[in-house]
Amino acid sequence: MADFETPEVKEYLDMPELKPGAMSHSKPFVSRDEFQGPLGFPGELVDDWQNVALAKLAELLNTNRGLKVFMDSCVKCGACTDKCHYFLGTSDPRNMPVARQDLLRNVYRRYFTWPGRLFPKLVGAQDLTEDVLDQWYSYFHQCSECRRCSVYCPYGIDTAEITMAAREVMNAVGKGQKYSNEIIGKVFKIGNNLGLPQPALLDTLEGLEEEVKEDTGVDVRYPLDEKGADVLLVTPSADFFAEPHVDGLIGYGKVFHQAGISWTLSSHASEAANFGLFIGSQENMRKIAMRVREAAEELGVKRIVFGECGHAWRVAYSFLNTLAGPFDFLDPRYPVPQHICEVTHELIQRGALTLDKSANDHRRVTFHDSCNVARASRMGNTPGGQFTIPREIIQAVCNHYYDMPPDTIGEATFCCGGGGGLLTDDLMELRVKGALPRMQALRQVVEQEGVTHLAAICAICKSQFAKVLPYYGFEMDQIVSVHQLVSDAIVLEPARQNT
Amino acid sequence: MTFASIVFAVLFYGATAVLLIGVGLRVARYARTPAPLKIPTTPAPTSRGGVIGRMASEVVFFHSLFKANKWIWILAWVFHVALLLVLLRHLRYFIDPVWEWVVLIQPFGVYAGFAMLAGLIGLWIRRIFVQRIRYISAPSDHLMLGLLIAIAASGLAMKYLWHVDVTAVKVFFVGLMRFEIHPLPTEPLLLLHLALVVALMIVFPFSKLLHAPGVFFSPTRNQADNPREQRHTSWAARVEHTGAAAAPANRGGPVPNARSED
Repeated sequence: MADFETPEVKEYLDMPELKPGAMSHSKPFVSRDEFQGPLGFPGELVDDWQNVALAKLAELLNTNRGLKVFMDSCVKCGACTDKCHYFLGTSDPRNMPVARQDLLRNVYRRYFTWPGRLFPKLVGAQDLTEDVLDQWYSYFHQCSECRRCSVYCPYGIDTAEITMAAREVMNAVGKGQKYSNEIIGKVFKIGNNLGLPQPALLDTLEGLEEEVKEDTGVDVRYPLDEKGADVLLVTPSADFFAEPHVDGLIGYGKVFHQAGISWTLSSHASEAANFGLFIGSQENMRKIAMRVREAAEELGVKRIVFGECGHAWRVAYSFLNTLAGPFDFLDPRYPVPQHICEVTHELIQRGALTLDKSANDHRRVTFHDSCNVARASRMGNTPGGQFTIPREIIQAVCNHYYDMPPDTIGEATFCCGGGGGLLTDDLMELRVKGALPRMQALRQVVEQEGVTHLAAICAICKSQFAKVLPYYGFEMDQIVSVHQLVSDAIVLEPARQNT
Repeated sequence: MTFASIVFAVLFYGATAVLLIGVGLRVARYARTPAPLKIPTTPAPTSRGGVIGRMASEVVFFHSLFKANKWIWILAWVFHVALLLVLLRHLRYFIDPVWEWVVLIQPFGVYAGFAMLAGLIGLWIRRIFVQRIRYISAPSDHLMLGLLIAIAASGLAMKYLWHVDVTAVKVFFVGLMRFEIHPLPTEPLLLLHLALVVALMIVFPFSKLLHAPGVFFSPTRNQADNPREQRHTSWAARVEHTGAAAAPANRGGPVPNARSED
């Protein structure tokens, strides 16, 4: 175990006593030249970094209305102060959303507003010193960009946007985060976060076909780079081998098989995740998003479907059309892109899948709303479909479903503690402590309803929970993929003809 | 004509100019800055009409704040509604003859003065005694509350304790509206009240009071959730602005203006 204490899970969430500086030591590994270069960032802290940083901040203020409005609008009302899972888990007041924002806002006030220039002390304005940069690096890597605070802010101030801007400024001066930047480099070079080349993917998928054949006796296909397929499935690369992710991928394949939909994965776009979002770099985000478009054109598909991944769905749903559209070469009868849950839900609705709910009778399930799906995207045609569609899928394949308390799900959902580019071992203490509110809510349904499994539709959530559940006395395999539940309940027939 | 009349005439003309020009420039800046991506906090309305409804519930009822914290909500809401009533009540010093509805709200406007004071004091108590809010407060946050409290208190004191010749005050302000300077009564309380209001008008465009115009430009609240149905293209405007990246493939002719969508 690590050199920190796992917070105690109590009956109710306590409002923590402030412990200033409690997490100031928490910093992810700093990126190096080899990881910075491919993203177009300097390899180490540049000499006149203050000027470069302020120039970058000025550029962002001129090109991002949200950032500019958010810098000006905060009245310090305190509505957000008790909303962040990292604050609730660490007691560090800098993890209160407004206090995190102020790390950037105080510098903004100092250099971009008259009161800050004339009376810095009065308005809390601060010079951009090395110490401030250090605090930025620490605390802007203690935000998972989950947007929970933005739900409660009377002006809709979104700390995620401010964190992204701060990370973009830090990258511009050469102080990037190794974890995210190394991963983005791998996508550019190989096509996915894990650096799995095409032969490895092919091998893995053949293995899956054999496994499913062994389990069910049916030939379910997991195709790669097949031209002329109807659907391009873009899924997080963790789905290719991590547990419980891969069980979800098996489920997608079974759904397509059973519905008679021809589909393919792509080695060029073998990654749904888009860490360009996390580092606030719209240029890098766009480069990654363009790979999806290129793959769709290359393979000649009619539809694009995304697998279970939270922030990937945000980029796909909210940004893909802007960054890589228009997608007028795809079948106009389907939204671009679709979420795998939308596909499965629609098939269930029209009775296209035969499901045996009793196959999941050994599980009592609750659902973790992933933050980016909940607060930055939608499924289906009506607002809030992102909450009802996954639940209706689970309830169609499980007899025992229970929600966690209402103030911890839906738009009020708590982040798993590992989102936003923080899913790295060098931030283990933060990840464990940040999971506290979710663990507390989970404990409640475990005790009251006998819940045994936590289902999720996000690769990061799944990896994070697999890692932190044991710290809180749960088992790592209590986290499951939603399509794993579908997979277990679906009654397969031998291959159908494509419809 | 007294010295005070001239000084306060100059102050009010100056403060009005600073307020209007300052806020105008800020709003123009907000409107000009592109919103490159769709970032409404979801679930969000999918249509323009829905967005207007969402914005109205924020501006009129402080809906998000209500979800966040009932104490802050009730204090802030009471303060703002009371402030609105008080401001409307004060119209009678600027308009001649006074509009009927302004006459009707006079008594409410007076009670609103007390409600405004109560809300402000409640907010200040929270700012001082709730550890989390004390931590995030700069001196200016306390000063702003102090300024508003002083304005409200000096106004109420003139109503109930030390009366001023409000008819003369009205003559002064109606005169200013016609670019004439009439004598202003020189009771210290009145001059204090007016000086504080001038200060508030001057700091408005440079302070957190910008939340008032800002909320209308907040992309998490004013964007419709329809990115799949309608391609959001302000991104291109951002790229043109910085030249930081190659423009995305532009297949449909000229890219619509950044402001066209939200």
